[in-house]
Amino acid sequence: MPLVLKLLGISKAFPGVLANDHIDLTLEKSEIHALLGENGAGKTTLMNILYGMYPPDEGRIFLRPRQSAAVPASTPSQDGLVEVQIRSPNDAIAQGIGMVHQHFMLVPPLTVTENVMLGVESTRSGLFLDRQTAGSRIREIAERYGLEVDPDAYIKDLPVGVQQRVEIIKLLYREADVLILDEPTAVLTPQEVDRLFSTISNLVNQGKSIIFITHKLKEVLQIANRITVLRNGRVVGTTTPTKTSEAELAAMMVGRQVDLVVHKAEASPGEVVLAVRDLQVLDDRQNMVVNGVSFEVREGEVLGIAGVQGNGQTELVQALTGLRPTLAGDIHVLGMRVAGATPRQILEQGVAHVPEDRQQDGLVLVFPVHDNLVLCSYYLPPFAKGVAVQEDSVIATASQLVEEFDVRTPSVFVPTSTLSGGNQQKVIVAREFSRPVKLIIASQPTRGLDVGSIEYIHQRILQKRAEGTAVLLVSPELDEVIAISDRIAVMYKGKIMDVVPAKGVNRRYLGLLMAGVEPSEAVKVAPPTLEGEEVAERVF
Amino acid sequence: MDKERTQTTPTVVPAAKSKPSAKGLRPSGTLSQVPRTLLMPALAVLTGLVIGAIVIAVTDAAVVAAYRNFLRAPGAALTATWRAVATAYGALLHGSLGSPKEMVQAIQSYLSTGDNTSMVRAFYPLTESLVAATPYIFGGLAVALGFHCNLFNIGAEGQIGIGALAAAWIGYTLIGVPRIIHLPLAILAGALGGAFWASIPGYLKAKTGAHEVVNTIMMNWISFRLSDWLLNGPMKAQGYRPVTPNIEPSAALPRLFPAPIRFHAGFFLALAVAALVYWFLFKTTLGFEIRTVGANPRAARYAGISITRNFILAMVLSGALAGLAGTSQVLGVDHWVGQGFSAGYGFDSIAIALLGKSHPGGVVLAALLFGALRSGATRMQSLAGIPIDIISIIQALVIVFVAAPEIIRGLYRIREKRSQELALASAGGDGE
Repeated sequence: MPLVLKLLGISKAFPGVLANDHIDLTLEKSEIHALLGENGAGKTTLMNILYGMYPPDEGRIFLRPRQSAAVPASTPSQDGLVEVQIRSPNDAIAQGIGMVHQHFMLVPPLTVTENVMLGVESTRSGLFLDRQTAGSRIREIAERYGLEVDPDAYIKDLPVGVQQRVEIIKLLYREADVLILDEPTAVLTPQEVDRLFSTISNLVNQGKSIIFITHKLKEVLQIANRITVLRNGRVVGTTTPTKTSEAELAAMMVGRQVDLVVHKAEASPGEVVLAVRDLQVLDDRQNMVVNGVSFEVREGEVLGIAGVQGNGQTELVQALTGLRPTLAGDIHVLGMRVAGATPRQILEQGVAHVPEDRQQDGLVLVFPVHDNLVLCSYYLPPFAKGVAVQEDSVIATASQLVEEFDVRTPSVFVPTSTLSGGNQQKVIVAREFSRPVKLIIASQPTRGLDVGSIEYIHQRILQKRAEGTAVLLVSPELDEVIAISDRIAVMYKGKIMDVVPAKGVNRRYLGLLMAGVEPSEAVKVAPPTLEGEEVAERVF
Repeated sequence: MDKERTQTTPTVVPAAKSKPSAKGLRPSGTLSQVPRTLLMPALAVLTGLVIGAIVIAVTDAAVVAAYRNFLRAPGAALTATWRAVATAYGALLHGSLGSPKEMVQAIQSYLSTGDNTSMVRAFYPLTESLVAATPYIFGGLAVALGFHCNLFNIGAEGQIGIGALAAAWIGYTLIGVPRIIHLPLAILAGALGGAFWASIPGYLKAKTGAHEVVNTIMMNWISFRLSDWLLNGPMKAQGYRPVTPNIEPSAALPRLFPAPIRFHAGFFLALAVAALVYWFLFKTTLGFEIRTVGANPRAARYAGISITRNFILAMVLSGALAGLAGTSQVLGVDHWVGQGFSAGYGFDSIAIALLGKSHPGGVVLAALLFGALRSGATRMQSLAGIPIDIISIIQALVIVFVAAPEIIRGLYRIREKRSQELALASAGGDGE
């Protein structure tokens, strides 16, 4: 197949980091080229350069000239490409490059048609919006590529998977030939992922080319034609699914052999530590987002809460930790009723909380590392005597924790904001796990972290479980939930659909529950557990 | 007091404290940090003075006349400019600090003759600057403490007035009480008056979310009218002027030098309170809570810190400090309260807190600068004929430059190291 895109020696430096270091990349017509790498490897930077968000410091971009385009700026080289300058996303779109961002760029109160037209409105007499023409073009595109969507539906009423389809239609409406998809599966249920993959196949069959950014090994092997792995801003290698394996890709990504399997001993659950009964919680807009949830977590076990983000998990955790009032129902920690208690009362009952948004909730970024390490215990001895802070004791403990939890920081005195995401999370884990806790509530504890940090945090959670601590793990990453948990509860629209043992669990069954299928219906399609043990693997 | 005072001045950590296991050096409080921290405010002041000089030049008739003949006699025009600016700033400097030569001569004459009249004359300008700086220190600390809890206390003006009235009331109503009881009571009353006045917007902010900026401004207006009424009614002294009676001598802050020097013990009280505020903010759990709420209220709540409690506490303490500003002025300088008493001290305090970067040590330095400018301006007006208002212009410019450091960085081509480090961290965190 002929080339449609060639990047040569792209470099981009941010203060202190070389985000892209002489990256070469080619894309053929009708190819799915996966760009694989850890968080911070430089994938998004490279694509932002290609999409005109910022200029490269060095390097050249070559594109196949479009038939419709005016006379090419320079004569095509032997591979039929011409060099282009892409100064803005508008330039990129004009050259046939489109990008679906990880966070959608849609206007919720507008319809599908209005969103697709936005910026390239067709008009009647230059004054009135011509929704009809646009609508019929959208229908045509939807039919041709198998992107089922109602042009008159409002974005806010559509599920995430359909919103993503609208984003893709937006690109096709602008006649993009090269589509960049940035972590497109991060927000989808397993079923929606299958659906997306068939859409992608349709697109390449009709001559489109796709750059697929991800950090998930399974997906890459399933869908890509070629795989380019980035690490620390450099291309580590380019390969194809038939020539490689998950283990090899993981090693390329991380730069060392990675143990993909989480080893854990049999759980030996003890007394009930956390008991939740018929809990109801409202969100900020007074919607009932936790609606009659009941579950128990025992000493020495991990209960995982799976589910697509935004199904009430955030509010559930806030209610459990005293950050949000409960409407009805009961929460008991070690027999004490904590519904309606203050966050401090719950903390002092022996509850550790690794919050979902570590920078907003878990840390005071402008404070030095040592202050963040005692954020929940600064008022207790030995850190305080009366109202006087015992600085030496704080610093000694902080230095010890930094060592013990392998926080990479020049000293405990630097502002926490200067640490990388993984090390910021280690500060939180060090603080929470070092207190005398009976229950750990960990919300998306490894989101956006590098592999080393993920391994480390998983290991720490399992170590706490071995010590007899009860763990509630909330994560939208199904693989993480399966790998770490002993039992899995699936949450959908504020309710717990079912609780199943993690050992040998069937992903398809969980996926159906995550999409809102009742357990009684789901078992007809897929049994909750599979014969033979499925190996739980890490996700990156 | 001495022990506390040493804590305001940045000191090197004693070697015994920095254990080899503690990674790296403690960054705050080391001497090497000080020049960097002082650089930006110092450049802001310098730039303010330079622009002030331009204003002085263009408003000077002689200079303008000289520039009409600029082509024929460019030297004369430049000389006239220099003369105008040098006269003005010379008078300002002389009026705020005095003349070193006079001071040396005065000391010599005192040592040889035992006559202190020339001493008093030589040191009068310097002591007047310290007198003017005293309420500024309290006021600047008040606003700075609020800033640490992310509260913008624009109501210092009103709190100063209420504090002054409370202190004066104790000062003139209690009669025949020894100083050792009367003076502390009057000071306490002043602090409580300011604290009470600030507690109202603090409570409203904590319980209803009503913005403290709006409410402190409203409380200012209420305090102005309230004091008008008090001075014309319940607190009015004998006679026709709307002023309070004079306070008893037992309530006055002692003056430490012969008249006409007005330098009083309030200055040392201010320094002690600055040290206390430093200790409170940075060395106590209460200060830690206030700073946590100010820096990230969500993380504070997560950590079990009560946001409402700290909003109220910070406002009350801020008000108490503002109250002390009024108190020091009444008990140390005026000895009575009249209409329009606070005369902008509260608003200048905001500027001082900004210039001092909300650090108690910085506030003291900024207050000394503002005090010097204020007291030097009088002499500049009488000697050089430059209106006092030029000082307001310079102060305003300094605040603009402190508030918009990009201007200063651009002017002097200073690259900020810190912001780059922060950008690095965020790029590494989620920017990929």
